[in-house]
Amino acid sequence: MDLVRKLGESAIKALFRLGRMGIFLAKAFAFSVTPPVKLSLLIKQIQFIGFQSISVIFLTGAFTGMVLGYQGFNTLSRFGSDAFLGPMVGLSLIKEMGPVISALMVTGRAGSSITAEIGIMRISEQIDALELMGLNPYRYLIVPRLLAAIVCLPLLTAIFDVIGIFGGYLIGVKMLGLSSGVYFGEMVSYVEMGDILEGLIKSLNFGVIIAWVCCFKGFHTGFYTGFGAEGVSKATTQAVVLSSVLILVWDYFLTSTRIFL
Amino acid sequence: MIKIENLYKSFDGLEVLRGVNLEVGKGRILALIGKSGCGKSVLLKHVAGLMKPDKGRVLVDGHDMCCLRGRDLFTLRNRLGFLFQSGALFDSMSIFDNVAFPLREKTKLRANEITDRVMNELEQVGLLGAEEKFPSQLSGGMVKRAAMARALAGDPEIMLFDEPTTGLDPLTGQTILDLIDSCHRRLKFTGIMVTHEVPKIFEVVDAVAMIDKGEILLEGTAEEILKSENSTVKAFVTGGRPRDIE
Ligand SMILES: Nc1ncnc2c1ncn2[C@@H]1O[C@H](COP(=O)(O)OP(=O)(O)O)[C@@H](O)[C@H]1O
Ligand SMILES: [Mg+2]
Repeated sequence: MDLVRKLGESAIKALFRLGRMGIFLAKAFAFSVTPPVKLSLLIKQIQFIGFQSISVIFLTGAFTGMVLGYQGFNTLSRFGSDAFLGPMVGLSLIKEMGPVISALMVTGRAGSSITAEIGIMRISEQIDALELMGLNPYRYLIVPRLLAAIVCLPLLTAIFDVIGIFGGYLIGVKMLGLSSGVYFGEMVSYVEMGDILEGLIKSLNFGVIIAWVCCFKGFHTGFYTGFGAEGVSKATTQAVVLSSVLILVWDYFLTSTRIFL
Repeated sequence: MIKIENLYKSFDGLEVLRGVNLEVGKGRILALIGKSGCGKSVLLKHVAGLMKPDKGRVLVDGHDMCCLRGRDLFTLRNRLGFLFQSGALFDSMSIFDNVAFPLREKTKLRANEITDRVMNELEQVGLLGAEEKFPSQLSGGMVKRAAMARALAGDPEIMLFDEPTTGLDPLTGQTILDLIDSCHRRLKFTGIMVTHEVPKIFEVVDAVAMIDKGEILLEGTAEEILKSENSTVKAFVTGGRPRDIE
């Protein structure tokens, strides 16, 4: 009996949290589409989430492409179809690896500091101070980060894809001896606009997930995690885990239902 | 000016406030004393409308804080200043920008007018010369001064102070109290100050209220508090051990 009650209690609590998160996202969107948007803050966040992530994206993109080149070449040459290395690398990167790995990297690099920064503002009462000045914390803290993530993720993903394709080229063509014309020629003829669109839509979705989860966890530091430095560190861990899991789950959901595609 | 009626607040089943009644007249300062974690900050946040009561009302100049929205809330908050316990300066901004921030965001003042106002406020709190520093570079006392300057920049009619001297050495603490006193004489704001500085504080405030177990245990002038026979109050004022705890 006690077990049932406890289960029910935590289920209700989980439902409440989900509701809070939903309301949070709805508010963030509502304030995003109504003026005034703080342009200088938006640019600062684009610089932080986007520009400063480029080096990480560069590195991970290159190595992902290179490993795809190796594995792809090995697998394909078993069937005597190593000519299709180009489309294999291109499609895997554009449809899956690019959006997902970029999103995971941005979660780790920018998402965690978003949560920590907003969390510290919460526990040191800076958010209360904003509200007390009659200034809307959503407009100053959440909206710039949400919009910046929506702008940056597709761009970072595009960089990741391009670098990855060159990584595959480096291995497949320069090291394993595939002809460069075959690598790019087959890629161009097999990768379609729809594939690129799929990757783009995924990365947009992931941008929203990162900003949503990381801002929410930071904004509500203290309510679920306790106050003080420990609360911030807990919130940051939770944000990174939840955001990463959601990205993978939502990726499967998008791929299997083709809901936006 | 400030009237709190039968205020209840609990967090996740933890009852923090259980029927608080309190009144502060215009131009007067009330000191709020009580053990750590007894809900003093929570009470102040209700007065500022940063938290909503479970039951009861908070009236500020006749307005019920729970029900103010939009324009009305904005107007009322413009008349209100809050000195947060940690100062709550924005750590991404310099001291100058911190004080200028509400003026830039909320008023149509020109840049040179804002500069004049900010420098004037910084001079009042004795921070001239530190305006380019960042909060992380300041000592605890200077952070409190800068936060005072920011709170006072809007000429508030109501000031709420949350432990303005906690964590400071006695000398710095005294200068902060003197600063509050002189600002009060100049601006004549109505105030509530959460503090542990007993009996030092009695020179600055008009009345004292002690909060205990979620209720107001005692309210009165400094003399009344000093003469109180209640053991908890006595322990707080003189630093002894209360009978009912030992
Ligand atoms: N936002 C909140 N969520 C949950 N509990 C809170 C919140 N704010 C304060 N509390 C709890 O309320 C109690 C009183 O806190 P507070 O008013 O900060 O005490 P103090 O009198 O020292 O200022 C504490 O036990 C604290 O944990
Ligand atoms: Mg407190």
